[in-house]
Amino acid sequence: MGGYSGQELAAIFVMQGFSGLSLFCVFLLMALGLAIIFGQMGVINMAHGEFLTLGAYITWLVSELATTSPWLQQVYFPFAIVAAFAGAFLLGYIVERLMISRLYHRPLDTLLATWGLGLILQQIYRSTFGPREVSVGMPDWLMGSWAVSDMIDIPLNGLFVMGVTLLMTVSVVIMMYRSRWGIKLRATTQNRLMANAAGINTKRVDRFTFALGCGIAGVAGAAFTTIASTGPTTGSLYIVDTFLVVVFGGAASLLGTVVSAFGIAQSQSILEFFLSGSMAKVITLLVVVGILMFRPQGLFASKVRR
Amino acid sequence: MQNWISAFGGRQRLLQLAALAVVLLVVLPLTLDIFRLNLIGKYLTYAFVAIGLVLCWGYGGVLSLGQGIFFGLGGYCMAMFLKLEASSPENTAIQSTPGIPDFMDWNQITELPIFWMPFHSLTLTVLLILTVPALFAFVIGVAMFKRRVGGVYFAIITQAIASIATILIIGQQGYTGGINGITDLRTLLGWDIRPDSAKYILYFLCCVLLILCLLIGQFVLSSRYGKLLIAMRDQEDRVRFSGYDVANIKIFVFALAGIFSAIGGAMFALQVGFMSPTFVGTVVSIEMVIFCAVGGRLSLIGAVYGALLVNLAKSLLSESFPQLWIIFMGALFIGVVLLFPRGLAGLYEDFVQPHIDRFLASRRKPALVKHEQAAEPAPTSGKPQEVTS
Repeated sequence: MGGYSGQELAAIFVMQGFSGLSLFCVFLLMALGLAIIFGQMGVINMAHGEFLTLGAYITWLVSELATTSPWLQQVYFPFAIVAAFAGAFLLGYIVERLMISRLYHRPLDTLLATWGLGLILQQIYRSTFGPREVSVGMPDWLMGSWAVSDMIDIPLNGLFVMGVTLLMTVSVVIMMYRSRWGIKLRATTQNRLMANAAGINTKRVDRFTFALGCGIAGVAGAAFTTIASTGPTTGSLYIVDTFLVVVFGGAASLLGTVVSAFGIAQSQSILEFFLSGSMAKVITLLVVVGILMFRPQGLFASKVRR
Repeated sequence: MQNWISAFGGRQRLLQLAALAVVLLVVLPLTLDIFRLNLIGKYLTYAFVAIGLVLCWGYGGVLSLGQGIFFGLGGYCMAMFLKLEASSPENTAIQSTPGIPDFMDWNQITELPIFWMPFHSLTLTVLLILTVPALFAFVIGVAMFKRRVGGVYFAIITQAIASIATILIIGQQGYTGGINGITDLRTLLGWDIRPDSAKYILYFLCCVLLILCLLIGQFVLSSRYGKLLIAMRDQEDRVRFSGYDVANIKIFVFALAGIFSAIGGAMFALQVGFMSPTFVGTVVSIEMVIFCAVGGRLSLIGAVYGALLVNLAKSLLSESFPQLWIIFMGALFIGVVLLFPRGLAGLYEDFVQPHIDRFLASRRKPALVKHEQAAEPAPTSGKPQEVTS
């Protein structure tokens, strides 16, 4: 650290913190979907990363369509996000119908089956889009950066991803705690039998919940394309980390998910500057696993009767 | 005699084991050339892991997605010993520091790290192969099972540990050989492990060790402990209320599975001649689970067939249709879970076993048959065993 002045260190801290924020957004967007599926339904969706990849590829397809006119290229992005959500939602719905719904009482088996689904999806992506990574042609307003001071540059695409993340988080919170569906979902989680007795169609709630979680992963994929390129295995790179984020935050707690995604992403990217990238990740994950051994219920445990 | 038979799982299980032994020790060596036999030997090293998973997951209900860690621990211990022997000062005279493994020299390390020191001795190496995984499993087990972390959480955390281990091995290139792993292994106490004759001997050694592990597994399952294990999987609270420490039961079975995996890893390093982080990570760990599931999560012997068949299918399919293989693997995961939760062993029990029983019964006195059936351990119930957590 010797060669840096205080001002430089502060600038490094801000920039590194900002790149941590981008990582935080990817984690959070992915973890939001997982937190709904895993935290509320107890289903382990190992193919969640592949839903993210699906969203990213859909965004790429839309962007390819949009290259036909320069005007379309400026405005396609919001539509791409909607398409990514719809695609992933639909696939999630079908998967729930055909596979997950038969495995609700066998969580460990769901894990294996969805891993298999993930493998198949990866191979389909590889055969359809090729093994090479594709990158989305970005509209002009997403390029460039915002110079806060002469040493600090904040990239605009990062800001955009943050906006999307904030929007998704807020809407998930509203849906969970302020909507009829949220009440039904929470009732089903707390006591399935009683929810059934109260006239809630819990099967439909399950289906919608799973599909919604997948749809959010699709949006995560769309946001992801603005900060990195997409390959067939893009999503699976993050799956282990994201599960750790959800478990660390406390499975059924949205606030916990946000806090733990922030903590893990920030410590990883700040450590990255002082150590090598791999060691930063090892240390962060080890600390998380260590804390989980002392506090298995996660940071913010909610009291749910299982 | 009768006591011994029932202590190792009953007559039927022992006959099945004998059949497996004949296949592995007689049929395969006579029909396959050494290249294929060596491949089978490599697949059998995965079977060690699959057997451990049958005990741990099938009977104990504890799914570990990090068995690759133990496979890797065993494999790396063995590979480190072999590597040290291969990098004697005479062999490595051209390096800037002779006497240390070549990859350390490439990474400007001038002294053998302390944790490599024990691997100068074979006795210590074998001891470490057996104790390090057991100790590691014990630590993980105590930390998690004593706090009643189980099921899904345990699976996710073990997977994370496997992923950490891979990143660590790849990152610390100078100490571990990085992504390439430890390669160029040559001799074991001066005995060259590369020619065909050595490969035959190693194959037979691997088979014998595997059969020993199967016997240990059947012994454990037939003992009182095995009953407790099943009881714990199905009704954990009841076992706890009966005054047993459930955590200790889980820790023991997890450590045993870890030791089996490590033996497999060590045999892998010996037969294949290298060890790399690919065999530690999350992907390989979860593939091991599918070998076990295909064979039948409740059948030790089935797990061996599962490991063999899936890998044979892999080598056949990926030779001709590399893309199809991954789809096949994925379909296997889904199909086994949805349609055949008891795997090959379940199919065998439903369709083959009745014929064999009938055939045997027709050749025996009826009274004797009845007695036999009563002595058998009750077959697992007709419905697929569900692993709840």
